[in-house]
Amino acid sequence: MAELLVVPALLAYGEAAVAYAGELRGLARAGRLGIWGVRVGWLAQTALLAVQALAGEGFPWATWAGALNLFVWLVVGVYLVWGCRPRYRLLGLALMPLAVALLLTAWAGGGTGVDVATHPGVLLAAHAGLMLAGFAGLTVAGGMAALYLWEERRLKRRDAAVFRLRLPPLEALDRLSSRVALVGLVLLGGGVAVGLTTLERRDLDAAMGVTFGILVLYASAAALRREGMLHGRRSAWLQLVGLLLVAIVLPITHFAS
Amino acid sequence: MNIHLVGVSHHQARIELRERVAVDLDGSATLARRLADGCEAVVLSTCNRTELYLAADTEQPLEERAVQTLLDLAGAEDGSMAPLLYRLADESAALHLFRVAAGLDSLVPGEGEILGQVRDAYEAGAPGPLLDRLFRMALHAGRRARVETAIGESPASVPAAAAALAQQVFEALEGRRVLLVGAGRMSELTARNLRSRGARVTAVANRTSGHGRSLAAQLESRAVGLDDIGDELRECDIVVSSTSAPGFVLDADVLGPGLRSRHGRPLLFVDLAVPRDVDPRLAGVDGCFVYDIDDLEAVVQASLVGRRAEAARAERIVAVEAERFREWQASLAVVPAIASLRARAEAIRAAELAKAEGRLERLPESERRIIEAMTAQIVNKLLHLPTVRMKEAAVTTEGVVYADVVRHLFGLEEEQQP
Repeated sequence: MAELLVVPALLAYGEAAVAYAGELRGLARAGRLGIWGVRVGWLAQTALLAVQALAGEGFPWATWAGALNLFVWLVVGVYLVWGCRPRYRLLGLALMPLAVALLLTAWAGGGTGVDVATHPGVLLAAHAGLMLAGFAGLTVAGGMAALYLWEERRLKRRDAAVFRLRLPPLEALDRLSSRVALVGLVLLGGGVAVGLTTLERRDLDAAMGVTFGILVLYASAAALRREGMLHGRRSAWLQLVGLLLVAIVLPITHFAS
Repeated sequence: MNIHLVGVSHHQARIELRERVAVDLDGSATLARRLADGCEAVVLSTCNRTELYLAADTEQPLEERAVQTLLDLAGAEDGSMAPLLYRLADESAALHLFRVAAGLDSLVPGEGEILGQVRDAYEAGAPGPLLDRLFRMALHAGRRARVETAIGESPASVPAAAAALAQQVFEALEGRRVLLVGAGRMSELTARNLRSRGARVTAVANRTSGHGRSLAAQLESRAVGLDDIGDELRECDIVVSSTSAPGFVLDADVLGPGLRSRHGRPLLFVDLAVPRDVDPRLAGVDGCFVYDIDDLEAVVQASLVGRRAEAARAERIVAVEAERFREWQASLAVVPAIASLRARAEAIRAAELAKAEGRLERLPESERRIIEAMTAQIVNKLLHLPTVRMKEAAVTTEGVVYADVVRHLFGLEEEQQP
């Protein structure tokens, strides 16, 4: 029965996605309804994960679907750090539909069950946890980058509605997305480091190669930014390319490996 | 208790009349003290209105006093002022002040300064219990209207729109570098608005060096020639341009290549000139945003539409707060009856305890304290519901009747007889 906690989580996330779309169309109070949907959904999913952790005797998120469930929880959790501020609510418009889609996939793949557990050992669990948290950070950074590009486009077009929507200032978005990506990068690096200790040379596969590629891409972006060579639009596009690698190339190589 | 408001505002009177009754903060403090002879007084004087708030708990000709004071201030012997004065009392006066504090009575709905002006007037005035409560609740209503609605969030003038735009791009403006191109009045106003938010005018570029130098000195900046604009653009964040040149002063073909060295760092061009100074093609350069006077006017118009929509929500907040004040004011009518009733009950309790003193003195101190507390508790519990019901009735028209009935039933009016 506890497995059914995924239903309120999905419903609440879905409500948030619809409410944010309503706010974009100028519906009063839609944003506030949206953030409450995110909160309620996240609490329901937290309860689900807690039940999974307590019921399973091992690590319940070792399957791809279980990992996806945990990943969604991390993404929404990171979003909640800023999402409660009115100016950052619209970030949810980029993230919540994604959260709904991924959670549905996790559900369909059996990742929300309470009787699935493996015994991978502490190191592998830490590796998976850090990698997922890192990817969650990169996903939120990607959402911020998408919001940056959208807002920048409206400002370039001199759209007066920008003021009505109460969007975050461009520079704040730029700075914040880079910082979140940097934190994601550090977590990802930690996850890779922990993972390497459990590997032997012949275990290297395509997924690991792509992960290294993502690491190098984000590290280069961080270095360029530090040198003052990368700002705004270009930085945002780079974040999105990184996210694309995470979202599309990594799963393909993961399953192919 | 009575509240009277007499005032003159931009709704009825032109500036020539309003300025005759306008007083500064020191003047309003002096005037309030002079008016507060046996009553409470607060004088609110801004560029849009001068209002006198008087209150007293006895019947006094407060309205006449306030009218005469304003007429004296105006020195209007031609009688032009008297018909323009508005006179409000009690609930209407309270609702008016709440609307004023929320910016709903302002020329631009939700304008930000009025709340501070109401607070200053209150602090400089001579309020008693009634005006103290009235002004504190008005300030609360004003704050609520601003926090819970977006009435004061969007810009309402071209310089404010430019500043809001800069904040949308840069977040905080502290330390942001502004280049002023041309030394026109509008660009000066915009520069001052940006400075008030923490930005720094680093250079004033002007065709004639004399005027540019003078403005640069006023803005604690330096004067440069129009030829130096390219160099200045590498470092600045905001460009405010307003020259009378017939063509583009900031041309994309000339400046575009140099701007690429900024690596996408945002640069906002605010073009206030007609014909335009800034080549619109500059918006195509990475990180550059170009806004001309029409764009800023559109921002202001959109903002005013938004403010009017928010004003409807603010009106609801103000109405709720005004109702709360009315209820509080109405409850004052039954307060003396409640106080007399409680005093009477306490006197009976004390007298009965005194009568039993002979029998109680044999008891230990701890038991006597228990009896003392128990009797007080009985009195409180007995009077709790009647007190609540009287306060509830006070909100309606039955409050006075309830107070009279309580006085009659408990013989409280006989106690008041000498």
